Amino acid sequence: MATDARTAILSKIRSALGTKATPEAAAAAWAGLPRDYVRVSTGTKSELIERLIDRLHDYDAQVLEVEATDLKAGVAKMLTARGATKMLIPLGLSNALLPEGVDFTVDTGLSAAELDACGGVLTEATLAIAETGSLVLQNVAGQGRRAGSLVPDYHLCVVDVAKVVGTVPEAISALQATAGLATTFISGPSATADIEMTRIKGVHGPRFLDVILVH
Amino acid sequence: MVRVLERLGHTVEFPAGQTCCGQMHYNTGYQAEAMPLLERFVAQFKGAEAVVVPSSSCVAMMRDHYPIMAEHIGKPELTAELNKLLPNVYEFSEFLTKRLGLTDVGAYYPHKVTYHASCHGLRNLGLGDGPQQLLRAVKGIDLVEIAGLEQCCGFGGTFAVKNAEVSSAMLAEKTNAILNTKAEACTACDNSCLMHIQGALHRQRTPVRTIHLAEILASEDGAVIA
Amino acid sequence: MSGTALDPRTAPTFPMAAHKLMGDTQLRKNVRHATDVIQNKRAKVVGEMPDWQGLREAGKSLREHTMKHLDVYLEQFERNCTAAGGVVHWARNGEEAKRIVIDLVKASGSNEVIKIKSMTTEEIQLNTALEAAGIRPYETDLAELIIQLGKDQPSHIVVPALHKNRQQIREIFQREMNLPDLGNTPQDLADAARLFLREKFLKVKTGVSGANFLIAETGGVCVVESEGNGRMCLTLPETLITIAGIDKVVPRFQDLEVLLQLLPRSATGERMNPYNSVWTGVHPGDGPKAFHVILMDNARTEILADEEGRQTLNCIRCGACQNACPVYRQTGGHAYGSVYAGPIGAILTPQLQEMHHAQTLPYASSLCGACYEVCPVKINIPEVLIHLRNKVVKQNGPFGPEALAMRGMAMIFRSEARFRAAQRFGRMAETPLVRKDGNGEGWIGWLPGLLGGWTQVRDLQEMPKETFRDWWEKRADAKGGKHGN
Ligand code: SF4
Repeated sequence: MATDARTAILSKIRSALGTKATPEAAAAAWAGLPRDYVRVSTGTKSELIERLIDRLHDYDAQVLEVEATDLKAGVAKMLTARGATKMLIPLGLSNALLPEGVDFTVDTGLSAAELDACGGVLTEATLAIAETGSLVLQNVAGQGRRAGSLVPDYHLCVVDVAKVVGTVPEAISALQATAGLATTFISGPSATADIEMTRIKGVHGPRFLDVILVH
Repeated sequence: MVRVLERLGHTVEFPAGQTCCGQMHYNTGYQAEAMPLLERFVAQFKGAEAVVVPSSSCVAMMRDHYPIMAEHIGKPELTAELNKLLPNVYEFSEFLTKRLGLTDVGAYYPHKVTYHASCHGLRNLGLGDGPQQLLRAVKGIDLVEIAGLEQCCGFGGTFAVKNAEVSSAMLAEKTNAILNTKAEACTACDNSCLMHIQGALHRQRTPVRTIHLAEILASEDGAVIA
Repeated sequence: MSGTALDPRTAPTFPMAAHKLMGDTQLRKNVRHATDVIQNKRAKVVGEMPDWQGLREAGKSLREHTMKHLDVYLEQFERNCTAAGGVVHWARNGEEAKRIVIDLVKASGSNEVIKIKSMTTEEIQLNTALEAAGIRPYETDLAELIIQLGKDQPSHIVVPALHKNRQQIREIFQREMNLPDLGNTPQDLADAARLFLREKFLKVKTGVSGANFLIAETGGVCVVESEGNGRMCLTLPETLITIAGIDKVVPRFQDLEVLLQLLPRSATGERMNPYNSVWTGVHPGDGPKAFHVILMDNARTEILADEEGRQTLNCIRCGACQNACPVYRQTGGHAYGSVYAGPIGAILTPQLQEMHHAQTLPYASSLCGACYEVCPVKINIPEVLIHLRNKVVKQNGPFGPEALAMRGMAMIFRSEARFRAAQRFGRMAETPLVRKDGNGEGWIGWLPGLLGGWTQVRDLQEMPKETFRDWWEKRADAKGGKHGN
């Protein structure tokens, strides 16, 4: 019988390398890899927040800083500014975030067309990265499944300042324990530079992204 | 180069048996043909306190490829000699700035000059702005910076022949940049780039000349030394 | 739907293809503009990273390490992906990969698929095969859509339509989307693409993607993108099929901390691209119900077996070498006759063809080293180019005119006497070609045969009457000294 593709490829790799590597040897070699780069940011928390805001502005995101007690008012303010009246929310989002007078629809597994009918989406985030201005969302309560933060045209994301990290390595370490969850890094609104390298906001994902930082 | 070095009080030897470092062969894919030239180089130059080379790409060839070639040849004595020799092989400007720690070599050259950073000098040897420092210290010189300093002139050895059309387009950009500086001469640390650039400048009937860095540094009376 | 695919097996030689493209001034202008913009953006965001060289070194070591343990990591990936509900397939070559995709699409009951930009699917010309099997592929990346609707071919691995400007794109969209009144700002064009594709995203049941990284430790897959079309394809369909070269595996989740810093800054000059998706198998209630990964070899194991060529596999497809390359910037990507253009294409394409085709590509470089300087994983492209040239020379045998000339010259360089004679002979041989210019200097304006390329736009100065060697020896004689040693 002809060998199957899997066996054939693996044996070609082994003969190309001239050795049969073991998982143990690989793990030991991996641990010795050079990592001569910045792992942990220096700088105070307020410097980090400042950097995050600066990066988010670079992506044309609006940022609002509020105290925890004013959160609901902050959400109301942002939604009014954007004229958003019909918002999607993921399962498990705290009621304390939801101002009156807005039509909130909980994502209980809506169809793609139903998601498309929502003008915006309100979520929380697992963490934010100051250095790159990124928000990281996972499929957990308050953040929801991936399509929810994608199909609506406007995304308002609420981030607790305690969840702001400085660098990409810090973010990856923090995510390690939940690496198996569906995870999305969002850095600004959807964009393209495919036409004459001109950055255009919003091709398929949300065209507008705002962030509320909660102190 | 000899004039500069002797002016600085060094004794210069020219081993008459030397020929070519083998770069053209090696880079075109004729590794086997380049091997004997490595052995020849070692035989000719062993024992020298310092080997000073007027062309950055030849030095790059020796530094980047000779050790690998020696490994292929597999003669331990050759490898040992080469390892002794290589740390003392310098490109000319590098010898002045790094080994001797000099920038002013007492030259006088009252002309408007622009400097072309050859790729091998810039990237393989990491000459940085050493050559410009030497030039800035030349009395009377008017050094003007060229646009696209780090852009390749399009020579690339046999590339200029095998892909003549692309090479020519790259060269045209370089000569435009040179002409835009309004300099009288373009200098560099690599003869091959200079020959390439000079060829186009001459074809375009411009009066702009190319001149090796060593010729400027050798000048004491301001005349163009050809 | 697609035009004639770029196929290294049938493509003209590089100099021939370059000749044709260099007559297209609009294309050259577009390429120049785009590569200038990305290079400047890249320089800015790389410049703000004090640890950039450390990151590059880490990236290089990580990729080298991965290749040295490739079997271990592929098996780990397979195990962990399967445990998370994914189905892993293996394909020895493009034909097997295409067959697997077609069977899976048919089994999913679809006759259309939405696609994320993937150079791997371009490499194997998946779209042509899908169409032949009665399956309609919709490219959803804006640039790929421009290419697909324009019956064109990608010319860059990150920005595949950079050779087109807005007027040209507008004409394509007007014609293919039936929008006679379409405006010509980039925003108008992007909006048209959004409308055109939204309906497809909402209704097509099968998605096809490539992958940036396969994470062995978790069985996860990472896709890096900008527009959100990727996220649409990854989350809305019921079935997702991912095709990845076996070189795309990385050991651990933690390795993303290096790669997700190197890739966006090098590729698009952004601190982070708008979207990175990481998913692991099937996530109940979130995204596709069926997930397949195809691990494709397609000559990558041949490259792995060549110790000097192996570093080619470390590539993370950022395109920085293309933007920096002075040759690519003159010709654009199509001259390389392959979806992999520029310096990476010049080393990858001939190796993927096991050196049976594309032998002129290793020579499509002046070896200036700009590619190596920007490569985020420090692939020494000039070194690999020289290595491949050596393979080409061996293939061509010892009796071609070039080989004979090279051997002849090597013989001259091996002997001082022959070298001296050659210098004398050179002066004699050139005499009939030398013409005096206005300053009384001798120049050569025409050279025969292989050397004719030189004199197309350059003159060659005649050899000096007195060589350095002559000058040196005369001087030594005058001093009564010896001629050196
Ligand atoms: S070779 Fe290096 S620079 Fe070129 S695409 Fe690959 S990773 Fe990027």
